[in-house]
Amino acid sequence: MGRYLLRRLLHLGPVLLGVSLIVFLVLHLTPGDPAEVMLGSQATQEDLTRLRAQLGLDRPLHVQYARWIGQVLRGDLGRSLWMKRPVLTEVMERFKATLLLTASALVLSTVGGIALGIGAATRANSLLDRLSTVASLFGASMPVFWLGIVLMVIFSLWLGWLPASGMFAPYGGGGARDLLAHLVLPAVTLAAASVTIVARLTRSAMLDVLGQDYVRTARAKGATEWAVVVRHALKNALIPIVTVVGVQAGYLLGGAVLTETVFAWPGVGTLVVQGILARDVPLVQGSVLVIASTFVLINLAVDVLYACLDPRIRYE
Amino acid sequence: MSEAASVGRAAVPRGVWRRSAARNRLAVAALLAILAVVLVALAAPLLPLADPDTVDTPNRLRPPLTPGHVLGTDEFGRDLLSRLIWGARVSLLAGAGAASAAMLVGVGLGIAAGYYGGVTETVIMRLTDILMAFPYILLAIAIVAGLGPGLRNAMIAIAIVGFPFYTRLVRSVVLSVRAREFVEAAHALGSPDPLILLRHVVPHLLSPVIVAFSLDVGAKILATSGLSFLGLGTQPPTADWGSMLATGRQFVILSPHVVLLPGLAIFAIVLALNLVGDALRDLLDPRTRPA
Repeated sequence: MGRYLLRRLLHLGPVLLGVSLIVFLVLHLTPGDPAEVMLGSQATQEDLTRLRAQLGLDRPLHVQYARWIGQVLRGDLGRSLWMKRPVLTEVMERFKATLLLTASALVLSTVGGIALGIGAATRANSLLDRLSTVASLFGASMPVFWLGIVLMVIFSLWLGWLPASGMFAPYGGGGARDLLAHLVLPAVTLAAASVTIVARLTRSAMLDVLGQDYVRTARAKGATEWAVVVRHALKNALIPIVTVVGVQAGYLLGGAVLTETVFAWPGVGTLVVQGILARDVPLVQGSVLVIASTFVLINLAVDVLYACLDPRIRYE
Repeated sequence: MSEAASVGRAAVPRGVWRRSAARNRLAVAALLAILAVVLVALAAPLLPLADPDTVDTPNRLRPPLTPGHVLGTDEFGRDLLSRLIWGARVSLLAGAGAASAAMLVGVGLGIAAGYYGGVTETVIMRLTDILMAFPYILLAIAIVAGLGPGLRNAMIAIAIVGFPFYTRLVRSVVLSVRAREFVEAAHALGSPDPLILLRHVVPHLLSPVIVAFSLDVGAKILATSGLSFLGLGTQPPTADWGSMLATGRQFVILSPHVVLLPGLAIFAIVLALNLVGDALRDLLDPRTRPA
């Protein structure tokens, strides 16, 4: 296991370097001058020259990258042109909100998806099974931003049960209860598509396992249905489920951008969009780098978990 | 026809299409619905519709079934039916265009990686690894940030983040075909690489690529609509389902229809595309084909 972990950790460096290179290149190599993009078409030549010198854009591309990555490694993501604050401070403040939203959606989609999948597998071709098939098709087809608005209209505006937007109530809020109330709608919206994917995969993995000889043996020994399903079947069906949950974690991190915008959730997603609309390249660059690096680390965690669950993988 | 070509093209025996269509009526209905939407969108300039961009503020936010405005009007008094139909042209073109570009680039790189191997394969596959190390929509957003907001740039961004999926799929098929005897025989007979690729390799890619593409168009419509919703795709006043949703959401309390209708349009077309894609996968995959 130690050697496997070491190999995966050694693989991490080049991937993170590649990610940083792509983030840098998409914002610098694209047609047009970042300084022009930031200042707009009305900018004077002097303004452009000053900004280029300030950001080091007048130097060769590889020098700019080396300088930027050197700063990043020292924990400096630059300074936001729009907010006039260090990008790292701003991103880290917002990142907690994004992580909270993503983790809540992941818990919802994992628990809900596995429960639904087990229900559908143990009652194959039942109404629940058919409903889960329809739900998975709907989940893959529904725009997440539209679902968010529809839920907001129903539960906030018509029924008045939950707050419509933000993370805390503007007046008198701030407690855990207030946070939880604000979290429900964005987390459910973000988790909706993932629940159906996890449920379908759990169903097929469970159906495979439930047909195995050792499950029949467990039943023949007189084990209760609960013990058969959870201890014998689910444990062995977990490997593909862990993989898809890991993939969903990354998907949710990306999908959070849209959900945060719908619910005005103060996370990194809204920060990226605001940064683009404000033409703030350092802010966008830093925010995207932080989210993408987190995504890479999640993938690493999933691979390690995968190897813990299935010894064959670490011996390959 | 060569052996390879015959294997690829005769993948679906005669009669299977008919039997499958009878079994999968929902997918046939979905296909007809997609064709109807495409036809109506193409015929938009010929239809007796109000101008989609004409502002009529006295008649703003009219509910559906208002005389002269079957689906009502938006926040500027523009006819919603007209904007939905004109918006369909943009949304469908954006989704299909981005998916086609991703498919063409991905298939080309996948063939190159799988067939030539060596350094070509290493470079292409490491690039796809790194692109796939990003959350999908986030990378698209970053690319739009570099290129600047707009429909064309949103399509380019979605195509860039979408091509690695095709590259991986095609490379794995090409790797398995390259090792087959008929490709070795063609090499031994002195056939040039382009001829081998065209006659012996590409026919094997048709089924998996068609299935992947049919499911991908819907995903790309969702992605481009998402970028438009964020204000990074289609720019006002051009009608597009994603941007209609974005601008309409400020008025959702007064007039929910300005948000519900474009959202329903996206949902319905993507659902139809997914139904057709699922049916095509069942049909073209021999393991799931009806007997």
